[in-house]
Amino acid sequence: MANGRWWRSAAVATAAALAITGYAIFMVAPTELTMREIQRIFYFHAAAGIAAYAAFFVSFLASIGYLAARQPEWDWLAVATAECGLMFCTVNLVSGPIWAKPVWGVWWTWDARLTLTFILELLYIAYLLLRSMVREPDRRATVSAAFGIFAFIDVPLSYFSIRWWRTEHPQPVLGGGPGSGLDPRMMQVFVLTILSLLALLILLARQRYRLEALRHRLSRLAMEAEAPPEAAWAKGATR
Amino acid sequence: MSLRAAARVVLEKELRVELRTRELTQTILFFVLVVAGMFSFAFEPTAAESRRILPGLIWLAFFFAGTLMLQLTFVREQANDTLAALRLAPIDPFAIVLGKILANFAFLAVTEVIFVPVFSLFYNVGVGAVLGRLLLVLFLGTFGLAVVGTVFAAMTAQARMRELMLPLLLLPVLAPVLIAGVEATAALLQPDPSLPREWLALLGGSDVIFLTATWLLSGFLIEE
Repeated sequence: MANGRWWRSAAVATAAALAITGYAIFMVAPTELTMREIQRIFYFHAAAGIAAYAAFFVSFLASIGYLAARQPEWDWLAVATAECGLMFCTVNLVSGPIWAKPVWGVWWTWDARLTLTFILELLYIAYLLLRSMVREPDRRATVSAAFGIFAFIDVPLSYFSIRWWRTEHPQPVLGGGPGSGLDPRMMQVFVLTILSLLALLILLARQRYRLEALRHRLSRLAMEAEAPPEAAWAKGATR
Repeated sequence: MSLRAAARVVLEKELRVELRTRELTQTILFFVLVVAGMFSFAFEPTAAESRRILPGLIWLAFFFAGTLMLQLTFVREQANDTLAALRLAPIDPFAIVLGKILANFAFLAVTEVIFVPVFSLFYNVGVGAVLGRLLLVLFLGTFGLAVVGTVFAAMTAQARMRELMLPLLLLPVLAPVLIAGVEATAALLQPDPSLPREWLALLGGSDVIFLTATWLLSGFLIEE
């Protein structure tokens, strides 16, 4: 299958890009003056955050697409991107404290951006939980699309509430992030990291999409054979 | 039938069912009373601490009470499959959801009117001077809770473990409402009370945004 070969080369290219990115982060990017080596977490940390936002945004669009078109493909895209987004969001949330501990002196602080990421993580865990609790595929797709839309429109509301909340209670200044005035070499490495993580996102989301499509086909076949594969455990469950 | 008339019929039906059984309101009133007591046992606050933690306690108590109560909105309809009958009615599906939202809001609002004085008494924080503004803030937040909660109750009605699912879906989405509500309440309970406009705008804005989304999505959620 030509399509399969194309994706296989894309996977190899992404793996190579990630390896080059790793090398660039440690060998090419200059060492930050005050934070030293620990600052190198920034590349993967921030790029993972960007990939997560991109994935959630696609998931939101796919949710709208599903409700508008009622084609299961949109639902597969929505779940694939939500799951990958959650993975990147987790990378972001885990790498953040590793950086924060030596730089800020604490693992966690209820700073605006941390709080927002935390809420995003909760929202999309809830999204995946909801999916796992609704068995009927059409109903699951509809319900999760509706929740996906609610979750995403909640993001700007959370953003404003958290920003005002934090300005009301000023935090001690814990050292600014390297957002302002990035060294050009650092910027190049950062852009490279973003691109390779976005490539990884596309690759993973595509695999997840394919898995969902295969599951769909399997359940179709099982229905045709009148022997649903879940029948054994469904008997044990209440509903 | 216009949306307004249809929503009113659904609202009247919900209120009539509740007035006959009084199940929801009684249970919720008792639940909030229990929570008010338990918080006190857990924190044993002094007067100054009370003033600091009371806004959070009030909001969490009502949010948890709301998630318990909202659960029943659509589950109640399942016993005799009355939702199918509602669905057959030649009315906008949004009218069904809106009627239920208004009914749930009414139940929660009654609970709040009764319990704000109780909290004030238990925790020794005077609210008399700001009562009107406090209820405004509470009602705005509660309306958001009723809107999102009713929609999510429709979503989870057919899910497994729905009793657990509803709070898990609802509480993260309502985080901005909780923050705005608690902050506005805290500002009102200060010795020098004020009602910051941004929190009021956020509460009202959330209500409008959630209600608009509900209006757009209820057709999908009410269908079979």
